[in-house]
Amino acid sequence: MTDKIRITDSTLRDGSHAMAHRFTEEQVRGVVHALDSAGVEVIEVTHGDGLGGSSFNYGFSLEDDIKLVSAAVDEATRAKIAVLLLPGLGTVEDLKRARAAGASVARIATHCTEADVSLQHFAAARDLGMETVGFLMLSHRIGPDELARQARIMVDGGAQCVYVVDSAGALVLGDAQERIAALVKEIGHEAEVGFHGHQNLSLGVANSVLAQQNGARQIDGALCALGAGAGNSPTEVLVATFERLGVPTGVDVQGALAAADDVVKPFLDRLPFADRGAITQGYAGVYSSFLLHAERAAERYGVPAHEILQRVGEAGYVGGQEDMIIDVALQLVRERERAE
Amino acid sequence: MLSAAIVGPGNIGTDLLVKLLRSDEIKVHSMVGVDPESDGLARARALGVPASAGGVDWLLAQDDLPDLVFEATSAKAHLANAPRYEAAGITAVDLTPAATGPFVCPPVNLGSLAEAPNLNMITCGGQATIPIVHAVSSVVPVPYAEIVASIASRSAGPGTRANIDEFTQTTARAIERVGGADRGKAIIILNPVDPPMIMRDTVFCAIPDGADTGAIAESVHRMVAEVAEYVPGYALRAEPQFDAPRDIWRGMARVAVFLEVRGNGDYLPEWAGNLDIMTAAAARVGEQLARGGAR
Repeated sequence: MTDKIRITDSTLRDGSHAMAHRFTEEQVRGVVHALDSAGVEVIEVTHGDGLGGSSFNYGFSLEDDIKLVSAAVDEATRAKIAVLLLPGLGTVEDLKRARAAGASVARIATHCTEADVSLQHFAAARDLGMETVGFLMLSHRIGPDELARQARIMVDGGAQCVYVVDSAGALVLGDAQERIAALVKEIGHEAEVGFHGHQNLSLGVANSVLAQQNGARQIDGALCALGAGAGNSPTEVLVATFERLGVPTGVDVQGALAAADDVVKPFLDRLPFADRGAITQGYAGVYSSFLLHAERAAERYGVPAHEILQRVGEAGYVGGQEDMIIDVALQLVRERERAE
Repeated sequence: MLSAAIVGPGNIGTDLLVKLLRSDEIKVHSMVGVDPESDGLARARALGVPASAGGVDWLLAQDDLPDLVFEATSAKAHLANAPRYEAAGITAVDLTPAATGPFVCPPVNLGSLAEAPNLNMITCGGQATIPIVHAVSSVVPVPYAEIVASIASRSAGPGTRANIDEFTQTTARAIERVGGADRGKAIIILNPVDPPMIMRDTVFCAIPDGADTGAIAESVHRMVAEVAEYVPGYALRAEPQFDAPRDIWRGMARVAVFLEVRGNGDYLPEWAGNLDIMTAAAARVGEQLARGGAR
């Protein structure tokens, strides 16, 4: 019998990017109710950039994170509520407030080479009695062995699972497979391995299947793919696909389809789509959350979003450096003025 | 002229030594550490500076005590040493996160702190951005200011990494107390790109609708010139960017200021502008105290 995998739904966290961080309490309650009824075990609820993300740089939340976490905890009957935290942006104090509001899973995210900035937060999460998950973002930027060494740092610091996070949607099949295999080999007997995919090259679900086949036991999705860039692996597609493969997820396929179609789709202004900007992100390896920021800078400064994203990729900017998008747009404006 | 000891012969202490040896206002008294094998102590001796691995016990046993001590150790060490310096009548300039004394940012509030026995240098991101917050808040009220500091991964030592919350919390408090914003927020990002990126800082200030943007821009330019007097690689990347109020910004109008901090390459590499601005600001504090007369 195939091992069960656990689906974590990030509609209310990664999807927050696509919603410009404007989720209402009513939307949060509706999504949590539908996911919980369908049997999803973990539901992540936070600003797209994690606790403390509400800012000029990333966008202000319509509703305070903690208020939305409380509402989610209130609505869930079985599901655990998870929160994301990026060290350098959110703090242990933010984590304590989320815990007090009822969050029980702490997902601590760092750039893939910087795992050691998370140790303070893993220690705090464990002290608070939370389940812990490490997130190695932009995992395509380093090779499998180096990534496994970073995962080891997180596990030694208290992570119970470490995710290969394809923040740019840039991992192409074998790239995801090799990274998952390397992590399973390094940490597999002490911790689980997870995969978080994006659809910029339309490979989120395929990469998730390869991840499962190589030993990943936690897989992220979002209803209607709602997430940064071209969105996340759609939860409803993951659930249906894994069922066809005979991999138990504990999630009811019809329930997941209904959650996507009846609950999320009606409040979306635009469905995540692999447009020119999003594909450029997958192709050039650019952090998916930069998409809407690049579009805004493009509008403000009259330069194309895909050129901004290409330049951001060349500069090697990492998650959190949204301010550099304006800087790049201003550079492009200067270059155009000089050329005229 | 004041005499000054440097306690903590690591990267920061060594870079500070190079800067102080260039100064006409400061005479370097000694370099003090605890490890006899320390490169920094050897380097100090080679530059003709008395150096000891005997720690603060050695320093305070000298007949000729310094006027100033620059502490570049750890918060824990400084908390233990600070009362001893004060008892000996030595002014302490604290480059650790201990923050036992008031926050100091030279172009903003050094004048009012000349008599304080202990001055804290805040954080690298604070030294880079608080002058700008102050430049804006001295023209218009700033209900909220937010800074983003991006530094090269290689310039973030184990101390910073193990306690990164200390950076965000201390910087945010100083944006309020020294920068003059009602509410402050600080973000730090480590970037591992190779060759390493030069320190970048972005300052976002909420400003009133219809604020005099010309006056704000002029104030920012004046402040950049003042900081560049002691951090020559401190520069604007672009003109300050003004935006009208937006609903998604909770109805606030905004000025955004994009900065680059290129280090002086004294002991640390140029890209480590975050470390350079700390030692340069500390040296500036020492020089200004010297000009203002010793306590």
